[in-house]
This record gives sequence, C-alpha cells and structure tokens, in this order.
Amino acid sequence: MLTGIYIKSVLNNNFKQVFDYCLQIDKIPNNKLNDFGKKLEVAMKVLVPIKRVIDYNVKVRVKPDNSNVDLTNVKMAINPFCEIAVEEAVRLKEAGIATEIVAVSIGDKSCQEQLRTALALGADRAIQIDTDQNLDSINVAKLLQKVVEEEQPQLVLLGKQAIDSDNNQTGQMLGALTGMPQGTFASIVKVEGDKVNVTREVDGGLQTVALNLPAIVTTDLRLNEPRYASLPNIMKAKRKPLAVKAAGDFGIDLSPRTTLIKVTPPAERQAGIIVESIDELVEKLKNEAKVI
Amino acid sequence: MSILVIAEHDNASLKADTLKTVAAASAIGGDIHVLVAGANCAAAAADAAKAAGVSKVLVADNAAYENQLAENVSLLITELAGDYGHILANASTTGKNFMPRVAALLDVAQISEIIAVESADTFVRPIYAGNAIATVQSLDATKVITVRATGFDAVETNGSAEVVALSNATDAGTSSFVGAELTVSERPDLGAASVVISGGRGMQNGENFHLLDGIADKLGAAIGASRAAVDAGFVANDMQVGQTGKIVAPDLYIAVGISGAIQHLAGMKDSKVIVAINKDAEAPIFQVADYGIVADLFDALPELESKL
Ligand SMILES: Cc1cc2nc3c(=O)[nH]c(=O)nc-3n(C[C@H](O)[C@H](O)[C@H](O)COP(=O)(O)OP(=O)(O)OC[C@H]3O[C@@H](n4cnc5c(N)ncnc54)[C@H](O)[C@@H]3O)c2cc1C
Ligand SMILES: Cc1cc2nc3c(=O)[nH]c(=O)nc-3n(C[C@H](O)[C@H](O)[C@H](O)COP(=O)(O)OP(=O)(O)OC[C@H]3O[C@@H](n4cnc5c(N)ncnc54)[C@H](O)[C@@H]3O)c2cc1C
Repeated sequence: MLTGIYIKSVLNNNFKQVFDYCLQIDKIPNNKLNDFGKKLEVAMKVLVPIKRVIDYNVKVRVKPDNSNVDLTNVKMAINPFCEIAVEEAVRLKEAGIATEIVAVSIGDKSCQEQLRTALALGADRAIQIDTDQNLDSINVAKLLQKVVEEEQPQLVLLGKQAIDSDNNQTGQMLGALTGMPQGTFASIVKVEGDKVNVTREVDGGLQTVALNLPAIVTTDLRLNEPRYASLPNIMKAKRKPLAVKAAGDFGIDLSPRTTLIKVTPPAERQAGIIVESIDELVEKLKNEAKVI
Repeated sequence: MSILVIAEHDNASLKADTLKTVAAASAIGGDIHVLVAGANCAAAAADAAKAAGVSKVLVADNAAYENQLAENVSLLITELAGDYGHILANASTTGKNFMPRVAALLDVAQISEIIAVESADTFVRPIYAGNAIATVQSLDATKVITVRATGFDAVETNGSAEVVALSNATDAGTSSFVGAELTVSERPDLGAASVVISGGRGMQNGENFHLLDGIADKLGAAIGASRAAVDAGFVANDMQVGQTGKIVAPDLYIAVGISGAIQHLAGMKDSKVIVAINKDAEAPIFQVADYGIVADLFDALPELESKL
C-alpha cells in the first residue's frame, strides 16, 4: 500500500510527494529500504500478543477454600479474541500489506503451546516472556511496551478481552504507554497509506475512526472467522523461531497492584418449572412473578 | 479525597447509566464531581447537575472531545486526576475504551466492571463469564474503576450541583472520527429496559425476528439476540447479549430459540425472572429459566402475542 503511493507519485511525476513520503518513512523506525532496483518497500510488521486461557467451553469452578478458581487439569487454549487477532494479521499478510507477524505471550512455559498455535496459523516467529506471576494488565502492558520498543511494529493486534479475567484493558493501556492511537472492539480493519481505518462495535451500533500508524487494534468477534491450522502448517510451526526472554530482564517493577481477597461462586438460580401452555405462562407471569 | 465520575452522554443528554455509576461513587463515599467532556454539551451537563449526591459538574466543552475519542479524553482525565482518589466510568463501550488509557497514564491498575463496593479500596467483580465472583483490593493510590450498570440502582435526579467550565483542550492528534452508524429504535435501550425479549439461532432469519415485535410492543420490551443470531446476520451487533456483548438484568427476560451457552447466560442470568421458549427440552437455558415452555417458537410466539 505504501509502495502504491510511491509508484503513483512517480507516475504523476510528483517529486514533492515522493520527497515528503521519504521523510515520513524516515520517521518510521525499522523500515526496510530495499536495494535501489526494488525502490522503497516499507516493512509492515504486525505484533500479536496472545494469552493462554481456559477453553471457552469449560465451565470454571471455584476452589472450596475460595482462594481462586480451580484450573488443575482444565483444558487450556488460545484466547478466542487473540485467535481472531492472529487471523487478521495473517489476512493482512496474504493481502500483501503486512510483511512479518510476531506473536508474543507472557506466561510460564506452557504458553509456548499457544504460541505454536499462532505459528501454525501463520505467524512468522514468536516470543515467550517467561513469568510464573499472574500479572495485572498494567504490568502485561508494560512488558508489551518493551517488546514494541524493540520490535517497532506498525500495528499491534490484540484481543479486546481475555475470557478468563474479562478485563478488557491491555490494548488500551499499551496504547497509552506507547502513545499510539487505538481502535478497540474492531469489526473491520482497513490499512490505507499511513493510516488504519477501524470500524468499532459500540453500544449504539458501529463507529469508524481513522488512526495514524503505528496503531493498536483490539478485535471483536465479527472481525473474521479464524481458520483451522492444517497439519503441514502445524509441522512447519515446530521449526519456526520461538525466543524466550525472562520477564525479570526487562527492568520493570512488576509488583502486584491488586490483591485477590477471595473468589466465590455466583448465586445459583433456583430451578424453575416447565409450564404446559401459553395460557399457564401468562397466568404465572401475571399472578406469581408479577412482572407483566 | 474526592471522587470523579466520567459522564456518558451524546452531548445532547446524559446516558441514564451514569446515574448508576454515581450510585457506585456514593457507595464508596466522598465528595462527588462529574466530568462532562464533549462539544456543545451544555444540555448533558445540565442533566448531570441534577444527579443526587453530586457537588460539582466539570464541563470540558471542546471539539477535541466531541466524539469521546479515547486518545483525547484520557489525556483530559489525566490532567484532572491529581485531585481525586477514585475515577469511575460506566463499563460501556465508551468507558471501556478510554479508562484503561487513563489507568496506564497514571501508572495504576484498572478494576473492571465492578458490581459492588466492599470498601473504599475493595470491590466485587465477575470473572470467567460470571462463573466466579472475585473480591479484589486495589493497592494503588488512585483507583480507576469501570462500573457495571446492572450492579447499582440509579441515584435520584433531584440534585443541583454547581457547574464549572474547564478550558482544557488537549488533542493528541493521532486519531479522528470518521463516522458512525447508530441504530435508531423506538424501543427502550437494552440496558435500561425492564423487559427484554431475545431471539437466537432458532429464529432462522432476520425476517422472523419481527415475530418478537408485537410482544415487545405490548410489554414495552427491548429486543436482544444471541451471538449466533448476530453472526448469522439476522440482526445488528449492538443487540448481542452475553459475556462479550451487553449485560442486562431486567425484571423479565424472555429467551426464544436460544440454547443457553455460558457466554449467553453471562449476559442475562441476573435477570429477575427468566422465561425460555425452546423446542428442545434438554436445552441448558431451561436450567436457569423460572418458567420454561417446550414448544416450537413459530407456534408459541403468535399465541403469546395474542394472549398478552
Ligand atoms: C480472580 C482474578 C481477578 C483479577 N482482577 C483483576 C483486576 O480487577 N484488575 C487487574 O488489573 N487484574 C486483575 N487480575 C489479573 C488479571 O487476570 C491478569 O492481569 C491478566 O492476566 C492480564 O491480562 P488481561 O486478562 O487483563 O487482559 P485483557 O485486557 O482482558 O486482554 C486483552 C488482550 O491482551 C493481550 N494479553 C493479555 N494478557 C496477555 C499475556 N499474558 N500475554 C500476551 N498477551 C496478553 C491479549 O491480546 C488479550 O486478548 C485478576 C486475576 C484474577 C485471577
Ligand atoms: C469468545 C466467545 C464469546 C462469546 N460471546 C457470546 C455472547 O456474548 N453472547 C452469546 O449469546 N453468545 C456468545 N458466544 C457464543 C455461544 O458460545 C453460543 O454459540 C451462542 O450463544 C449460541 O447461540 P444460540 O443459542 O442462538 O444458538 P444455538 O446454540 O444453535 O441454539 C439454538 C436453539 O434454538 C432452539 N430452536 C431451534 N429451532 C427452534 C424452534 N423452531 N422453536 C423453538 N426453539 C428452537 C434449539 O433447540 C436450540 O436450543 C461466544 C462464544 C465465544 C467463543
């Protein structure tokens, strides 16, 4: 896309625009200017932070001592919203817009499993930031900020929320820490020149914003439908690079900002009754429940 | 220290959920101020001044805040934050958009979607799609909190707070508003309605959703949907009820052709009375329904409409 502007400008013989454009590229760190024959080609790197969470089909149980939820032997998976983020990145690459996809996950060794899933879906390489701590979103965002500084992506695609903590924070926090604009709850992402247009699912309907790149996008359910990884791609993913870095090496204070006092099961609903007819239903709603 | 509540509004009027967030602020206790950030938003500010328990309404009336862009609003709130111990906003798509930015700029955690206040630093919030309820204590000096509307009852609107104009005009210059397609409906908002009737995949297509109209008219209900119905394109995304859609807790929730997946239940199981209409007696929705009827919805809906 950026190359497109260049070519068009040359055709128009609009050197001023080419010049301005080069200045702009200069500001984009980590760009790749190819050898003269191929002229300019801006590398659009996409960073996709992914989280390992409980599988969405599993109904979680609270531990008897109310200290937390019980995750022993529970099936884990890539957070569904993160999977959508990986898929979107892969589609951007297939469309010739993205040039490299880096997946990153913060967690213990087991999250490598989800990173391999991302690699099988089409990410080029992966980074695991190793920690046993259950980090607050602000600390996750601070670690991701360091990765952004190192990798200089043009786009960071995250899930809008992790389905375990249901926090819905990390992408926005990363936006604030890096100064990048954000398009949250995205259902359409269109990269156009040095901007990305994001259509957002908001309470009243849809809203579209234009963001300067580099930018943050968080995914909503209807952005795309993720593909299944093929067996050959799963095999290939095993050989793709996966770097491991210790969270402690980033020089960030990761001390907890919250204390989990207790976790309790929600109030159970009393089992109701099956009514035999619409007449009976209407009668109960009027006279027993008194809601109509 | 004082509490700052960020008003949600469309410049012309205050969103009713803000009154519930003020209620959460009252539960924390302290002097309550409300920030109205918008453009030509005097009417919304006047609404906010009526919220009971609010002593001051701060109005930042500037083009930069017209569409509540997170980049700009978060900078504004951060400029004001020094005076406050708590900053609260609705856990709506607007509040969820800018509040984590505020938290990060202040270098604090955010406590998301609280449903109860235990004390000035301890809050209750659902996690895992509502299958567990966490009590979380914040260790930060400034508490940045989003409030789930279903957890609190709106405060009265008999107050008369002082209205103070601010001159802040921060524009981050990194984002701009392109457009919006908002659903216009005569019906009450999903979040505010005392009756909600929702359709699922069992409705088969968008046309059939009109079978719900007559019933909704008679009951003054809002119409909702399951994710399956939204994904299939039967109805618009803003109608989705659930873990990742809207959370509702009306007096009466009627689920039609909805199986009752945990993600859907997360959005409606705090309703006072739940009715399920489903042709499959084994559907999990019956486990949470107060009144279930095992029937084909294409028979049941017209009959229900005629008998109300
Ligand atoms: C019971 C309980 C209650 C909690 N309450 C709070 C609370 O109120 N406030 C709070 O700040 N923390 C809380 N936490 C901690 C919280 O679960 C962790 O902070 C969480 O791991 C951080 O990410 P998130 O789930 O909040 O991300 P979200 O903001 O919900 O996730 C959005 C996206 O961020 C990215 N992301 C998130 N985590 C990672 C990761 N580890 N690696 C890579 N990418 C990632 C993914 O793209 C994900 O889709 C609580 C934890 C527990 C167990
Ligand atoms: C990350 C994630 C987030 C999600 N978030 C949400 C969310 O926020 N909200 C949500 O709703 N879902 C959500 N889901 C999806 C959820 O898991 C279910 O897939 C969805 O709720 C199913 O919708 P449904 O009940 O309409 O469809 P189905 O499960 O297909 O159920 C259709 C029901 O209709 C009944 N039926 C069919 N025909 C008739 C008839 N003629 N008369 C009567 N009954 C009939 C059937 O018996 C069946 O029970 C999420 C999923 C994931 C992975």
